[in-house]
Amino acid sequence: MEEITLDRDETGEILPTIQNFYRFCGHGRLMALKCIECEKLLIPPRIICPKCSSSRFKWIQLSGKAKLRTFSFIHIAPKQFSSQAPYIIGIVKLEEGLSLSGRIIVDKNVKLEIGMDLIVEFEDTVSVGWPQWPRYYFKLAKVIEQ
Amino acid sequence: MIEKPLAAIVSAGLSKFGKLDGFSAREIFTYAAKEAFDKCPNLDPRKDVKGLYLGHMTESAEHQGHTGPLVADWIGLNPVPAVRFENACASSGVALRCGIQAIKSGFVDVIMVGGVEKLTHLATSDATEYLALSADNFFEQWHGFTFPGLFALIARAHMHEYDTTGEQLATIAVKNHHNGSLNPKAQMQKEITLEQAMTSRVVASPLRLFDCSLISDGASCVILTKPELAKRFSDTPIYIQGSGQASDTIGLYERDDLTSLNAVALAARDAYEMSGMKPKDIDVAEVHDCFTIAELIISEDVGFCKKGDGGKLVQSGDTAIDGNIPINTSGGLKSKGHPVGATGVAQAYEIFLQLTGQAGARQVNDAEIGLTLNLGGHGSTAVAHVYSTTI
Repeated sequence: MEEITLDRDETGEILPTIQNFYRFCGHGRLMALKCIECEKLLIPPRIICPKCSSSRFKWIQLSGKAKLRTFSFIHIAPKQFSSQAPYIIGIVKLEEGLSLSGRIIVDKNVKLEIGMDLIVEFEDTVSVGWPQWPRYYFKLAKVIEQ
Repeated sequence: MIEKPLAAIVSAGLSKFGKLDGFSAREIFTYAAKEAFDKCPNLDPRKDVKGLYLGHMTESAEHQGHTGPLVADWIGLNPVPAVRFENACASSGVALRCGIQAIKSGFVDVIMVGGVEKLTHLATSDATEYLALSADNFFEQWHGFTFPGLFALIARAHMHEYDTTGEQLATIAVKNHHNGSLNPKAQMQKEITLEQAMTSRVVASPLRLFDCSLISDGASCVILTKPELAKRFSDTPIYIQGSGQASDTIGLYERDDLTSLNAVALAARDAYEMSGMKPKDIDVAEVHDCFTIAELIISEDVGFCKKGDGGKLVQSGDTAIDGNIPINTSGGLKSKGHPVGATGVAQAYEIFLQLTGQAGARQVNDAEIGLTLNLGGHGSTAVAHVYSTTI
């Protein structure tokens, strides 16, 4: 973990910030915060636990395995995404129990279904403009034979 | 225990909704204010009105912020305190609730509450982007999520869980367009067919063009006063009996249940409890149909039917003007239009017309109790109010 540039507090602890979450993504890690008091898992990271109000956390790496909860094909997109339309957005349930939104990137001939097995993947470039972070997305857990 | 009624509405105004070329927000609001002033000859605006609470979502559209004092000046209310409220699409619903609190606290005897938005001069992609600001940027918009997309995620989950169909959603669009055809201020005063709705282009699957509300310019306002002063200004005031507001996560993904809007259920529960009314007491309701699925889910979450039965409710005809619980007699956001900041108080305007017998061709017979439910974003804010004709 030493090779990753992360924002830290004066004691060297990794700050529970969204920027750090995305910096981990840049190194191929899907990370969540785990509340040391109540064990709640958090993405996005927060400074106060929404369940027990504690501020004591540790970062843990998630498996990246997920199941599709819901999805939509976006046909009318904002300007910065319009060249990619139609594209797929979704909400997934991660193996560890928490949910996350993101793009679903699959081949055109794949028929998406709620409950499908997905796995996280990361872009190898950072986004243009602000914020300059790499994005995560989800793809099929295994290639489906046609 | 809060004493009731909370406040009285003694007058109300609404601009025409639609593409109002050549008019800026301040001018559009003036038309709404002028109607409210003209309809209330016993009110001397400069002397009686002691504040303006204005819902307005996006200053980006006109590159114009600070709209509270701006609009107050344009309608001749300077130098009263004027405040802009921003809670996304619930901006003026929240302004209304705060206006009630200003009256209740005794700070003011009379206050104007309203909202305004100017959007139609923008390119659709820019309007889409500004309207999306009310979700969670770092985990939604920045990944390409749009507002139709977020409600599409909700719709897909509801269809999966309760076998809700595209036809049921389209039936809501057909109903609201019919109602809008009877509203001279509506943006789209024309009927549509079920087939038209179901074959319109896909915006964000499973939602089609006719599942989406409109991009609109428009303004709305009401004049609020203390119940005991109401008769000084109007022979037919209406009374606000209950008010509820609740918040939910800014990200949709953080919610365990995607088929229900928890803030809606909580806001409605509080408004019912305060008013002593129940869902079955409501004669007419204006609810936030930014997308057809939103009306469907809100009709469940405010208790007009069992969870999961929202589709069956609209197909039964019960939510039509002559049904048991008419919903969106104005045409709703779907057909009347959705000038975001104006929407919450525009709902109150329609209830004012209905409860005072001024709704013309879309009048609900014997309407005495009304409900409004104004949503912000994908339910991160919800505001509910219950109104009555009698104290």
